Amino acid sequence: MLLIKNGRVIDPTSKTDSHADVLIDKGKIAKIGAGISAGDAVVLDAANCIVAPGFIDMHCHLREPGGEISETIQSGTQSAARGGFTAVCPMPNTHPVNDNASVTRAILERAAAISPVHVWPIGAASKESKGEQLSEIAAMQQAGAVAVTDDGKPIASARLLRQVMDYCRPLNLPVIDHCEDSSLAAGGVMREGPHSIRLGLKGMPAAAESICVGRDVEVASLTGARLHIAHMSARGSLEHVRNAKRRGLSVTCEVTPHHFTLIDEDVRYDSHFKMNPPLASREDRDALLEGLADGTVDAIATDHAPHHPASKDVEFDRAPFGITGFETAIALALEQLVHANRISLMRMVELFTIGPAKILGKESKLHTGAPADITIFSTERDWTYHTVESPGLSRNTPFDGRKFRGGPVATIVGGKIVYRN
Amino acid sequence: MSHRFRHLLAIEPLSREQIVFLLDQAKPFQEFQRYPLKKLATLRGKTIALTFFENSTRTRISFATAASRLGADQMNLQAEASSVKKGESLSDTVRTLEAMRPDAIVIRHSSSGAAEFVSRRVDVPVINAGDGTHEHPTQALLDALTIRDRRGHLDGIRITMIGDILHSRVARSNIHLLSKFGAHMTLCGPAMWLPRELASLAPNIRCVPCIEEALDGADAIMALRIQQERMHEPSISAEDYILQYQLTPSRVKLARRNAIVLHPGPMIRGLEIDPAVADSPQSCILEQVTNGLAIRMAILFELVAGSADPQDHAKDSSHAAD
Repeated sequence: MLLIKNGRVIDPTSKTDSHADVLIDKGKIAKIGAGISAGDAVVLDAANCIVAPGFIDMHCHLREPGGEISETIQSGTQSAARGGFTAVCPMPNTHPVNDNASVTRAILERAAAISPVHVWPIGAASKESKGEQLSEIAAMQQAGAVAVTDDGKPIASARLLRQVMDYCRPLNLPVIDHCEDSSLAAGGVMREGPHSIRLGLKGMPAAAESICVGRDVEVASLTGARLHIAHMSARGSLEHVRNAKRRGLSVTCEVTPHHFTLIDEDVRYDSHFKMNPPLASREDRDALLEGLADGTVDAIATDHAPHHPASKDVEFDRAPFGITGFETAIALALEQLVHANRISLMRMVELFTIGPAKILGKESKLHTGAPADITIFSTERDWTYHTVESPGLSRNTPFDGRKFRGGPVATIVGGKIVYRN
Repeated sequence: MSHRFRHLLAIEPLSREQIVFLLDQAKPFQEFQRYPLKKLATLRGKTIALTFFENSTRTRISFATAASRLGADQMNLQAEASSVKKGESLSDTVRTLEAMRPDAIVIRHSSSGAAEFVSRRVDVPVINAGDGTHEHPTQALLDALTIRDRRGHLDGIRITMIGDILHSRVARSNIHLLSKFGAHMTLCGPAMWLPRELASLAPNIRCVPCIEEALDGADAIMALRIQQERMHEPSISAEDYILQYQLTPSRVKLARRNAIVLHPGPMIRGLEIDPAVADSPQSCILEQVTNGLAIRMAILFELVAGSADPQDHAKDSSHAAD
């Protein structure tokens, strides 16, 4: 038995926000209430901490199979646990691509053996993510895939997207899209604007994203399927999602911590500022903050994208896109959203829990009888993020050395403490 | 006077005073180009690494000649024959070069920010000889020297730049440099090479697509090189470019009387500039080349030589090495 004492329990599902103890027995929540005592329980003192349902990162890259020099399922999920996540969803752009049930099963088997957190793989929408033929979508779903996407690039054409959505609708499987008009974004390495002009770096216009979101929303309307927009970064994209929601379409979206924290003006000739979608303009970033506050945005996802140091230690335009993100997500959300009084703590927890859970067809709640997947974090503890302390294999983040107020304290998965600060 | 510059990576971060200092440093070296014996011993025993990861003829020869006239030895790395072709990273290549103990690294590279990237990885001075579409600081300095010589000053000058501004590192460096002297800059070219964000680079910038309007009242005109490979992009045909933007004698007349004409080269006669303009008394194109030597000597002197006075060295050819 594990007894979490003295915490502030926040559960968006039941709109709970109260000081209570949480007793865990046999991997499930046995009791929630004030002044619980259990003589033989291991006690975890959560005084001055938030006790929340387990945080879900619905968008990450674990690189295994094929990219183990950058990250493995083991190293990545250890990093996720350290970041306060109890479940993560690896994208299918591995080598081989997760486009069939045997790869999905292999990922799940590996995760079951060594991962401290739940791994819910996302399958490829098209074979090898080439945008030509549908992958084994139903078989992957049966094996455990929770969504499909060709992430890393958009689903290649409106026609293919329609086929994928038509196929996924009866399966009630969400289709996730990395929205980018590839012809408009071609060759771009950062967001197009005054700063890209100044640095002499080729820009991708914000419209490269929003045009594709517009396309996707129309196809979602045509098919009635569930559409989820990945790592959204532009005001225009947000408007498309807002309108789609008004129209009653099943359209959701996520935003990453780096997109609601940094802007294109922060970009230097340092490949740790290179990601796709690129860091947005101040106006676009402010629109994302607005969307997080008003409910347009459904989830915060990290897009944790580890790259081996050697591959990032190159000229900016030659470096791969992407930064790591598990371990700084909670701290950045607190810094930018809660401490800045943009959203409530309840809303922040929602964005990390029932937001992604609903999209993925999972549950996320702190109820008696529910699985004991719990994230405990502090809102006040001062700490500094040092990548050298990370169990992850890559170090590609612009936040190394950044001072934070608040962050993960303990991660509990199935009643077991998998990370404790 | 030394140690004012650790590197020369870009014009944008330099102050007006630093620019004036460099232009003044170049004066004795301008004079020196006319001497019959063009060899100094100023940098005798020093080695300059010339690393050209992107094709270049005039800039490479200009730096090589500047180093040679100062008495320095050279290490040459050209992309075609370099380890980069074998897959070595820029980081490892320059560290290897540094291990051979050069006293400065001159770098040209097709990636914007490459010179800054190198400067963070080596302990010797780095000179940017053109990085992607970012900056070409020595070109801007030699342009400024040329304009200052011809017009007597740089303050408040009205300059019109014509061509592919978006992709021009020369234009960027010139904009940053001249803006520090209160210049009024008019940028002119086809719309796809003239995004409105260019106006945010510095104060007093106008983006004008019509060349006749752009040239009106200019003290200086700078035609930029058109990279012919860009003509194959979905952009503009050579015929249309000539019709709309070629610098012709009649268009030059729209500028102020005695307006000067500059071109960073290599110049394609009949495309961006009419031969009659290129060869006119208003043209400073060959002076730019000569001034390039003086500027590059001044920069090498400043970054490598230490605290000696360039006047002493330039005046006294008896210091000649060998």
